[in-house]
Amino acid sequence: MKQDGRFGEFGGFYVPEVLIPALEELEEAFLRFTADAGFNGELQNLLKNYAGRPTPLYFAKRLSELAGFKIYLKREDLLHGGAHKMNNTLGQGLLAKYMGKKKLIAETGAGQHGLATAMVGALFGMETKIFMGETDIERQSVNVHKMKLCGAEVIGVEGGTGTLKDAINDALRYWTANVSDTFYLFGSAAGPHPYPVIVKHFQSCIGTEARQQCIEQTGRLPDMVAACVGGGSNAIGIFSAFLKDKDVQIVGVEAGGSAKDRLAAGHHAATLAAGKVGILHGSKTYLLQNDDGQIAETESISAGLDYPGVGPEHSFLKDTGRVKYVPAFDEDALDAFELLTKTEGILPALESSHAIAYVMSLKGKLSPATSVIVNLSGRGDKDVGIVEKYRPVK
Amino acid sequence: MKTYKELFAQLKRPALIPFFVIGDPDYETSLEIVKRAIDAGADILELGIPFSDPIADGPTIQKADVRALAGGMTVSKALDFIRQIKQYKDIPIGLLLYYNLVYQKGIKEFFKDFYRAGVNSILIADLSIDDADEIAPAAREAGLDTVFMVTPNADEQRIKQIASQTSGFIYAVSLLGVTGVREGLSDTIEGFIKKLKKLTATPVCVGFGISKPEHAAAVARAGADGVIIGSKIVRIIEDNLNNKKKMLSELAAFITECKKAIEKAR
Repeated sequence: MKQDGRFGEFGGFYVPEVLIPALEELEEAFLRFTADAGFNGELQNLLKNYAGRPTPLYFAKRLSELAGFKIYLKREDLLHGGAHKMNNTLGQGLLAKYMGKKKLIAETGAGQHGLATAMVGALFGMETKIFMGETDIERQSVNVHKMKLCGAEVIGVEGGTGTLKDAINDALRYWTANVSDTFYLFGSAAGPHPYPVIVKHFQSCIGTEARQQCIEQTGRLPDMVAACVGGGSNAIGIFSAFLKDKDVQIVGVEAGGSAKDRLAAGHHAATLAAGKVGILHGSKTYLLQNDDGQIAETESISAGLDYPGVGPEHSFLKDTGRVKYVPAFDEDALDAFELLTKTEGILPALESSHAIAYVMSLKGKLSPATSVIVNLSGRGDKDVGIVEKYRPVK
Repeated sequence: MKTYKELFAQLKRPALIPFFVIGDPDYETSLEIVKRAIDAGADILELGIPFSDPIADGPTIQKADVRALAGGMTVSKALDFIRQIKQYKDIPIGLLLYYNLVYQKGIKEFFKDFYRAGVNSILIADLSIDDADEIAPAAREAGLDTVFMVTPNADEQRIKQIASQTSGFIYAVSLLGVTGVREGLSDTIEGFIKKLKKLTATPVCVGFGISKPEHAAAVARAGADGVIIGSKIVRIIEDNLNNKKKMLSELAAFITECKKAIEKAR
């Protein structure tokens, strides 16, 4: 490897020996092509004309009136595919194409990364396999259907709790046996180096745009930036542009599970709030685990946040104190979903609803001049069935 | 405590190395299984501590991990288990596990405790030679041999790098993939073993996918110093969970057959 893939003590590439040559090949290609004008030109064109970048930064006036301070939404929900995931799948998909790979595999939790990979697989004419936990297949069936319509094969994963962690396990196993012709299109800012670096690179357009749009619209930087954190790809995407702006407070919001369980082990996915450092999926990072180091089960209403690990850079940002990480409960996310829908006519993904929930919890605590950007990482169409189950429309 | 060096010097043929997940399906049965394997002719034991997320393992060993964890296996019980095996017979033991289990206990303490219990070497499935510095010095200090895996896609430079950090034996992975029972043996295995033997004087033991006595014989003929059989053995346990007597006799019969095949191969 050319780089060590470390964020302080976190990160690295703790993988079986057989995967090392594949990661080296990936790192080499990433460094080469992202410095290549032809590659970057093709990607910029796709981001603009295929995916719909730049996405708007929207001043949510009615929501702001309720909160008592100014809330701006970075509208990644409007990106093609319905979430920020397309930024990364176009980037990595193009990388796969430039590397001459013919097959794509990906893991998915909520199905947004799986869908964005399936779309890119169709776009580039590549055979695509999506690994998805059985629990997630059941609760995100609309996305499963969309992936299949795009021509992808969806492979159900039975192990563990049938969620994102288990999907990553099986995708890694499949890749181990098929490294020569298959590109593993990793969706989260987690996993072994170089994935956290690659995902951050392709997602950083969110933050770059948001920072500039905020200055254009308000004449200054925001006071706070908030995003939900599962593995942490949308969060690192928007945070990255503001890390050096010392006056901008940055908050990552994790899945606290149901409020009644009070962050009891096995009943939430607030890795940075309740975890300790360990090694999973190729990376040294905070993890939810027992004393021996067995990885804990997790629970969240939102499949995309239901993960016992977190991207290594988030662990670093927690320890350095640059970013504050807080949990939001399922019930608060549902409240936020309903609130944004009713006040602004925007259906947020349940993942993004966690970030909205945290920001709304600051009601009455911030001055009216305060401006907050929330990364609205995805749209909530996929979650309507879940919301209906918990909060039936009268 | 018998070392790999002593054992390989003594044997005039390749070593037979069965793999078991400690505590599969439960502590007591697992103990009986391993003792029976020793009686049937195992030369070295490769023992795994079960992990919740074994990314280098196929479905058979994943299920064994689930059974063992459901049966209450822990790191401290694994220590007891190894002590009991060593009381039964002084047989070299290689420990195969995932890094997080070592990391949580503390690398130095983990190695010291397991060496004292009777383990000869540690192999961490998700730690490559690139991070050998994190574990190898502590392992040597504790008295352990350091076993690393080498795979068919490694170039000559990498093989040499791996060999330089390895003591005891090199674990040669026969194929690109995870552990599992397979019908045929990889057709590149013979060339791979010969290449390794040319590049290192450290004994070469071959594992992954070796599922039949014929496979064991072929690997032995190709020049391997040891044959590691994992998933096929774990599968015999899985297939006979409701009949312990049959499980033990099938296991013993399979190990005996493999041993004969290896002996005849040279």
